[in-house]
Amino acid sequence: MRRLKWLGGAVTSAVLGAAALVAAGGGEAAAEGKQLTLCWAAWDPANALVELGKDFTKQSGIEMKYEFVPWTSYADRFLNELNSHGKLCDLIIGDSQWIGGAAENKWYVKLNDFFDKEKISMDDFVQATVVGYSQWPKNSPNYWALPAMADAVGWTYRKDWFSRPDIQSAFKAKYGRDLAPPKTFDELKEIAAFFQGREIDGKKVYGAYIFTERGSEGITMGVTNALYNYGFNYENPKKPYQMQGFVNSADAAKGLEFYKELYKCCTAPGLTNAYMQEGLDAFKSGQVAMQMNWFAFFPGLYKDPNVGGDKIGFFVNPAGPNGHFTQLGGQGISVVATSDHKEDALAYIKWFAQPTVQQKWWQLGGYSALKAVVNAPDFPASASFAPQFLESMAIVKDFWAEPSYAQLLLDMQKRVHDYVVADKGTAQQALDLLVKDWTKVFKEQGKQVASQ
Amino acid sequence: MTTILQPDHVTIPGVSEPAKSRATRRVRGLSDRAIAWLFVAPTIALLLAINIFPLVWMIRLSFTSLNLSMSYLPLRFVGLDNFTDILTDEDVWFRLQTTAQFVISSVALQVVIGFGLALLINRQFRGHSFWTTMILLPMMLSPAVVGNFWTLLFQPQIGPFNYLISLFTGVPPSSFSMTGEVALAPWTIVLVDTWMWAPYVMLICLAGLRSIPDYIYEAAEVDRASAWRQFWSITLPMTVPFLMLAVLFRAIENFKMFDMVNLLTSGGPGSTTELVSITLKRAAFEKWRTGYSSALAIILFVTVFGAANIYVKVLNKVKQR
Repeated sequence: MRRLKWLGGAVTSAVLGAAALVAAGGGEAAAEGKQLTLCWAAWDPANALVELGKDFTKQSGIEMKYEFVPWTSYADRFLNELNSHGKLCDLIIGDSQWIGGAAENKWYVKLNDFFDKEKISMDDFVQATVVGYSQWPKNSPNYWALPAMADAVGWTYRKDWFSRPDIQSAFKAKYGRDLAPPKTFDELKEIAAFFQGREIDGKKVYGAYIFTERGSEGITMGVTNALYNYGFNYENPKKPYQMQGFVNSADAAKGLEFYKELYKCCTAPGLTNAYMQEGLDAFKSGQVAMQMNWFAFFPGLYKDPNVGGDKIGFFVNPAGPNGHFTQLGGQGISVVATSDHKEDALAYIKWFAQPTVQQKWWQLGGYSALKAVVNAPDFPASASFAPQFLESMAIVKDFWAEPSYAQLLLDMQKRVHDYVVADKGTAQQALDLLVKDWTKVFKEQGKQVASQ
Repeated sequence: MTTILQPDHVTIPGVSEPAKSRATRRVRGLSDRAIAWLFVAPTIALLLAINIFPLVWMIRLSFTSLNLSMSYLPLRFVGLDNFTDILTDEDVWFRLQTTAQFVISSVALQVVIGFGLALLINRQFRGHSFWTTMILLPMMLSPAVVGNFWTLLFQPQIGPFNYLISLFTGVPPSSFSMTGEVALAPWTIVLVDTWMWAPYVMLICLAGLRSIPDYIYEAAEVDRASAWRQFWSITLPMTVPFLMLAVLFRAIENFKMFDMVNLLTSGGPGSTTELVSITLKRAAFEKWRTGYSSALAIILFVTVFGAANIYVKVLNKVKQR
């Protein structure tokens, strides 16, 4: 018994000792000051945010720590973190499509009271970003994030190639019009076909780079730019969740066929599983004439010593026969509900929402959604891609932001990749199967799905 | 040796017999059985915590509608719905078919190449140790590393693999993509898996070859048996149990293959190389369909467990022969 008592005493002492050590460590950390962890994707704008965050630390004394994850595992990593109620992130810049799930599952702190208290008005931000990044349910005054990084799909092109007299005359001879950035998808395909396989400066080049990635969201974020403009709609605007005849309309099928034609005729070989980074590599190495990518990368591309400056031009996603839209990207910044530092996190959002900070955010390479910044008279001249960015933000459309978005997205990835890259079935069959998949998902979610 | 300090028949005034007996036991210390349990208990606790409990929990979840991306929805008991959904889903059957094709092709190739390498390495020649090490190198690499560097090798514009093929066939190197074409991608994953794991089969076969006593070959030579005859009548029959063991290990491993294929093709193009493990991962950790994916995991577990059991029984029969 005495032995047991001794053992008990020893264990208690060890536990108390360990607790004392932990407490001492904690005290030391506390003495060093407060700290916030911000979670986001690892890409160019994240570096700009680190730079910007130094001002916040200077003003508040709160140290900023960052957790940046590559795009291909960004959703997996952080949705897992939020799902498991982890405490890794105090602040998160979450993708626009997460907003439904984050709101319904209470992963994010609702910001309405905070916005009222701090007099932060959502009317001061670009409408599309408020709907896309902050509101759930959509178009209702329930805010779960502050628009942080406005973004959309845009295009870059080799301005230096387009302006060469020999290339211009060859193009005019073939198509009977001047070579200029395309305004429609038909023009885009013609230009891409013209450059495909052409030799420029002794090097074989290709027409266009488009998104084809299978694993996360790539091909969906690419194909929607064609689908929207050919007549694809997610649902009947008058009857929510009625997808039959909207997702798989004949026009939508034509849009999907167009994307496949563009992929087959005018892209570099081996472009079967490529997303943002592969596009940047292809463009920077001088392989392609035109590149589809997110505006977020354009500041970096403009600065590139080989293809930037005078050699690069930008254009808005071309129009299709039934509309002119582009895919919305970008994210809002939210406070994670399980954070132990909610007050400090809210202080960061308050600081970030200031017009001076937003202005600096744009200057550093981030994309502000604050009207005071983007509607300023000098904004279009502030960067060579700024006019295209403004135009694009006025025509954006986003993917589903339902809590079940991940299922909806992966179903679309599969159906589109099967058709475009793996040559399986027809465009109509792919979209019909997609309606079937999505109907099943919504029914599981308890939604009423009308077939007609 | 145990020293009993307290004699059995000491009478302590005022203390009853049962109390006395308890005191005696305490003084004597723990029984051998109790000590054994004490040693085994942490392992059992750990096993229960990290194996049995999750398994039971997973079985429970497989009968529910749980979806972690919509955990605010009430948890419903759905009976066998998840199992019915899976077994009637055409896509799942396609994925199982793809997996079976991958397992059969890769294991068959690995056995042929592994056995061939073992026959070569079993002979003594100059640089024997060096070549053995070189052959074993691929299986020492992490599948993540293998997936990434083969992706680079297969890159149509800069990858050396395409240039090598071009050298022998005259086909332009950038005109085909090993990981991106429906006809090539399934063979690409088989090729990389074989490159990585044929050495493992070789090791097992080598153990089999070295276990054959020399006197059997000596007796065969006395009987003037040809090399071919010796191979068919001695080498092959005596290494069959080892080959079967290698097939078992590799088949189980390849059935749950995920990392390397995910890095090489992400299951693409389309769903051409989507093995059932990738489907399971997508259902569980990307779509968050916890109930559904638990049911799928159980179906896969039962399939592998059942097939492995039948195989082991056959293996034992072969050994007895």
